[in-house]
Amino acid sequence: MPAPRSTTRVRIRPLGDTALLAELGTRLDTALNTRAIALAAALKKRRDVNQAIAAYASVTVHFDPEHTTFEALGAAVKRLAAKRPPMAEPGRLHRIPVVYDGPDLEVVAAAVRLSRQQIVEIHSRPIYRVFLVGFVPGWGYLGPLPEELAVPRRAEPRTLVPAGSVAIAGRQTGIYPLPSPGGWHLIGRTSVKLFLPDSDPPCLFRSGDRVKFFAVPA
Amino acid sequence: MTAALRVESPGLLTTIQDLGRPNAMSAGVSRGGAMDRFAHSAANLMVGNDAGVATLECTLRGPHLVAERACLLAITGGDLDPSINGRPAPQWAGFFMSEGDHLTFDARRAGARTYIAIAGGVVGDRWLGSASTNLMASRGGMHGRALASGDMIQAGDPTEGPVVSGRHLDEGLRPAYGDQLLHVIAGPHLKRLSATGRSLLFDSAFEVGIDANRMGYRLNGPVLDAAGEELLSFGLTAGALQLPGGGRPILLMADCQTAGGYPVIATVVSAALPIAAQLAPGDELRFAETDLEGALRMRRQTRAALDSLRG
Repeated sequence: MPAPRSTTRVRIRPLGDTALLAELGTRLDTALNTRAIALAAALKKRRDVNQAIAAYASVTVHFDPEHTTFEALGAAVKRLAAKRPPMAEPGRLHRIPVVYDGPDLEVVAAAVRLSRQQIVEIHSRPIYRVFLVGFVPGWGYLGPLPEELAVPRRAEPRTLVPAGSVAIAGRQTGIYPLPSPGGWHLIGRTSVKLFLPDSDPPCLFRSGDRVKFFAVPA
Repeated sequence: MTAALRVESPGLLTTIQDLGRPNAMSAGVSRGGAMDRFAHSAANLMVGNDAGVATLECTLRGPHLVAERACLLAITGGDLDPSINGRPAPQWAGFFMSEGDHLTFDARRAGARTYIAIAGGVVGDRWLGSASTNLMASRGGMHGRALASGDMIQAGDPTEGPVVSGRHLDEGLRPAYGDQLLHVIAGPHLKRLSATGRSLLFDSAFEVGIDANRMGYRLNGPVLDAAGEELLSFGLTAGALQLPGGGRPILLMADCQTAGGYPVIATVVSAALPIAAQLAPGDELRFAETDLEGALRMRRQTRAALDSLRG
């Protein structure tokens, strides 16, 4: 049996009396995210856990205080987090066609001092990781976006971003699954549906999946 | 399953809600469900239903409903001044309506949300394991939307056994709605507040802003300054008190986003969420700190009150 990792440090704090936040770290990091996803999967199998939601580097655990306590569940989380995570399976690969004609392309091009064509090439080069599915139905936080394209969010969020908009902010990129307000820079659009209300789970992406964008003509 | 009530007019925002869909959170779909789970569950138990079947959640201004057949109902939660055929209707107690009776509501007297349970349970579209209406996704309940004039409310067949009216809950057993005091547990990022900010949080009155809905309430009051670096987004829960950059806290409610990156400075305890659910824009509220033990004590009390309605 492999020895538990002595380097594992998990911070466990209550989110009210029916949930807790277990933080594995504070960095945007693929290895931390892999561990968070594995930890959430292990926790979901426990009968005293109602739900475990993996995020970038943390897991939010929902529980019923009639069936367990914060202390008991916290100890179980620490025990599970200390185990070597199973070999991360490569997530499913999604190839997403994008028409790169977003309304913020010019602004981004000016901010990062690149041509539109260079932005398209750099954005569609990496295979991104789905770090987290959440916020609104079907939204996936994808990254890391190459440093050359990192721009802060818009100072004034838009009140309505069309569904299918491909956007960037900081070291992240994503696709708006539903018409919603949004503060990210819109660089393109896709016809791929991210929110699939008649499927279960009702979304295309899952945490740990991989995403490759490719440019298509308008 | 038969039509029980016809919607003559829907009120401000009346939706079908049960206890929500916790298993959908990992797809970014909010848990949803009744904002005031205590009032929802109590109404169901008063008409002999399981606590978790669907009810009607009516917001600030109630609907006008007409009984399509005789049925056993209960009205709980906020007091929106209900009447049957123009005479005051019982609240926090089961009662019968005859075919053709009119249930109407008048001005809001207390609280914000009223729950109407029907023996057999309100029937709505099920989506991801729940009949709750999700307005963002346009799914669940009455075809994913609020009730509209002309809708028919279907109810299931009442459970076996004698159907009795008169099950009621004394005011002393209900949550302390009138206090508008929300007990909270320190949030993961409370330490980001200065000592001044912390005392402002617990010593000041806040007001529910005009931006208050099933997703959350923006709160007016003192500006709270949080220090520290930007956080990576993490999974959220109803009751979390988020502090965005501007320093005006947001109290997350049943339809809140599933993840976010703002600091969570406190979380309203589960037993106090019904009190939060009965607040309307313009209402005042205060926060008081408690610990896990205090939260569980309050939770046991509310469970005991609901248990008194069973059997």
